[in-house]
Amino acid sequence: MYVRKRLAAIALGVVAAIAAGSAGAEAPKRGGTLTYMIPADAPPSLDGHRETTYATVHAAAPFYSVLIRVPPDNPSSTTEFVCDLCTEMPKPTDGGKTYTFKIRQGVKFHDGSPLTAQDVGDSWNRIVFPPKGTTSARVTFYAMVDKIEVPDDQTVVFKLKYPASAFLPALADPYSWIYSKKILEKDPHFYEQHVMGSGPFRFVSYEIGQSIKGERNPDYYHEGQPYLDGFVALFAPKQSVRVDAIRSDRAAMEFRGLPPSARDELAKEGGKDIVFQESDWNCGNIITPNHKKKPFDDVRVRRALALAIDQWHGAPALAKIANVRTVGGIVFPGSPLAATKDELQQMAGYWPDIEKSRAEAKRLLKEAGAEGLKFELLNRNVDQPYKFVGTWVIGEWKKIGLNVEQKVVPTGPWFSNMRGGTFDVVMEANCISVVNPLLDTGKYLPAKVFPENYGQFDDDKSIELYDKMQTETDPKKQRDDMRAYEKHTLDTMVHSIVLPYWYRIVPMRSYVQGWKISPSHYLNQDLANIWLEK
Amino acid sequence: MTIVARERAAVSPPVEEGAERKRSVLDVGWQFVRRQPLGTFGLVIVLIMFTTGCLADWIAPFDPEENDFSAMMQAPSWVHLLGTDQMGRDIFSRLVFGARTALIVGFTAALVGGFLGLVLGVASAYFGGWFDLVFQRVLDVLMAFPLIILALAVVAVFGTGVINVIIAITIPLFPRCGRIVRASALAVREIPYVDAARALGFSHARIVLRHMMPNVLAPFLILLSAFVGQAILAEASLSYLGLGVQEPVPAWGLMLQGGAEEYATTAPWIAVFPGLAIMLTVLGISLFGDALRDALDPKLRTR
Repeated sequence: MYVRKRLAAIALGVVAAIAAGSAGAEAPKRGGTLTYMIPADAPPSLDGHRETTYATVHAAAPFYSVLIRVPPDNPSSTTEFVCDLCTEMPKPTDGGKTYTFKIRQGVKFHDGSPLTAQDVGDSWNRIVFPPKGTTSARVTFYAMVDKIEVPDDQTVVFKLKYPASAFLPALADPYSWIYSKKILEKDPHFYEQHVMGSGPFRFVSYEIGQSIKGERNPDYYHEGQPYLDGFVALFAPKQSVRVDAIRSDRAAMEFRGLPPSARDELAKEGGKDIVFQESDWNCGNIITPNHKKKPFDDVRVRRALALAIDQWHGAPALAKIANVRTVGGIVFPGSPLAATKDELQQMAGYWPDIEKSRAEAKRLLKEAGAEGLKFELLNRNVDQPYKFVGTWVIGEWKKIGLNVEQKVVPTGPWFSNMRGGTFDVVMEANCISVVNPLLDTGKYLPAKVFPENYGQFDDDKSIELYDKMQTETDPKKQRDDMRAYEKHTLDTMVHSIVLPYWYRIVPMRSYVQGWKISPSHYLNQDLANIWLEK
Repeated sequence: MTIVARERAAVSPPVEEGAERKRSVLDVGWQFVRRQPLGTFGLVIVLIMFTTGCLADWIAPFDPEENDFSAMMQAPSWVHLLGTDQMGRDIFSRLVFGARTALIVGFTAALVGGFLGLVLGVASAYFGGWFDLVFQRVLDVLMAFPLIILALAVVAVFGTGVINVIIAITIPLFPRCGRIVRASALAVREIPYVDAARALGFSHARIVLRHMMPNVLAPFLILLSAFVGQAILAEASLSYLGLGVQEPVPAWGLMLQGGAEEYATTAPWIAVFPGLAIMLTVLGISLFGDALRDALDPKLRTR
């Protein structure tokens, strides 16, 4: 019932999104330059294979092609994938263990050289099996891949160790740009500082911290696209600057998302000239206690932290002031693998009776000798929604007698504290691109399996439950396996506390057409289908 | 005559003409009020702030850190005198407790920085030589940075939080005090009673602390009053920049960022009242400091 409601909400969001682009039925117009804002200082590098930030995707995705992707006209789909560089989505063979992709012919890189299966195979080999000295940020997504072969210039074959329904969603990762094999052989770090792809736009200029510009690629292989003559992306980390730019039409949009207050402000002042697309967001804050620090090594204390938080009343209230909305477990609430409301309410931190929940939290703290516990919550120096959510959670903990100080640090120290384990409890974020719960939930595995888990714990049972779920092919059994893994993670061991998922509100001038929102700010960012009604 | 009495007679500085008539504290106070109405106004503001900060537990009608989602962003009313913020917290209560934060940070940083500057400044003037040379060069380096820049650098090293903010503000304040106190102490050092104290074989510490320091107290007190204002402003600036105290601790500068920025047009009271509190307090301290200078400076007193 709960999942159905969430799916209905997403469907409504998508309908609203389609309605927002009300002129969608019209033929796209050619020409014009799209100016948009990127809410960041600058990307750490321009290499999609190594980065995990939207600052890289929003800046450089328009220059690159990928093998497959979510449908640009329906990017909210969690099950449908279409070809970008391939000619047809393959049917798996060899009992679901082999995927053979035929690559388009006649595709050119922006320097005029031909793009072949050799380039596709080489890029994917570097993503799945990164050579020494290079970084592939999502390498754990491809644990099921045994090898990647290129039998000829038109064919790439992925051979898996076992059939995995998570494979295609992982392959549609929007960071997996196809680079030139020739260039990478000369300099494996070339793409960190340079741009040379085969996407809908050719690189024009990049000024760090200022802007990045692209112009239409006349040789683009998707008929008629892109519609724009070019784009200018402006970097602006401060929200007020971005809102002012959109209000005054110095920029047409931003893609990440604004909080409700900014939406209301723009809607009031922009009238019909500014429209919004909204969607649930496959992104959320999680609280991770450091299991190596006393008393957080005691599951009773971790459980008390979860039991103190009133998610069901907190989420709708926070939704008015921050870009968060939906209560969920470890799986994105819109997914068929997500827990229903009833299932959630069986776990610590989701009990429907908050008084009973807090009484139990106090009892556990007393039993663990941690009454009136004082500790630090490490948080990131980002208002939306980190600091808003952090302040809320501290208020909730105060209600069971905990004395928590918030330590807010910039992104760099935030990461280094998490990686170094120098924190008591940390407010993290878990943002994913394609909704792919089987892989997305790897975040909750111990660091020896998933290095980006900062809880400092070891738990073989957790790995066993996760692995069982990966190899299960029956959807019903797989769902049951997911529930067992989720219960173990959030209720039995309380390795993490999942807070309400974020909610994406994308503002755009009404003349921007063709772009559709998705549950991820990483998806659908190549701008090929955007056109301007002016 | 005991040795102590003799000592006192030997080293007492010259008594000012006309000051022989002992005046009560009330007389002095009344004279200050009559001669310095603006300074009195400033003193009243400072006293109100001081009292508010000290009695915050009794004055504030609500817990300043308690979120109340049923009362988010309510305009000023009889229930919430100055309205509520985006988390439903009572702004009046947060301002009252924010006064305590400002007091703790402002007075501690000013007192620690001031006294450190006083002792080292007087010692630097008294000893002279290489100690003076090295100490003054250290002060040159520290004073080359504007207060807020140096405070930002210190916070970047030590991290955020009340204690670290106090340290961050104390470090740039003490050289300013040390430099000015040293200038006054250089003049005091040449007065014969210091030579007399030395001739009597008093220790350096005794001469510096007991005989020189009291004679530079007038400029020091004026400086101290200015420091309190500067420290409160610096704390508010650091908190506004997200580098001072952190949510949910009530602090005026902190109340000006985050929600206050986002809701400046729809709920202006979130930003207006903390802004007013900072402005009034700094104004009050400045007015009082100016008046104190006028009252204590003999050259200005005769005008």
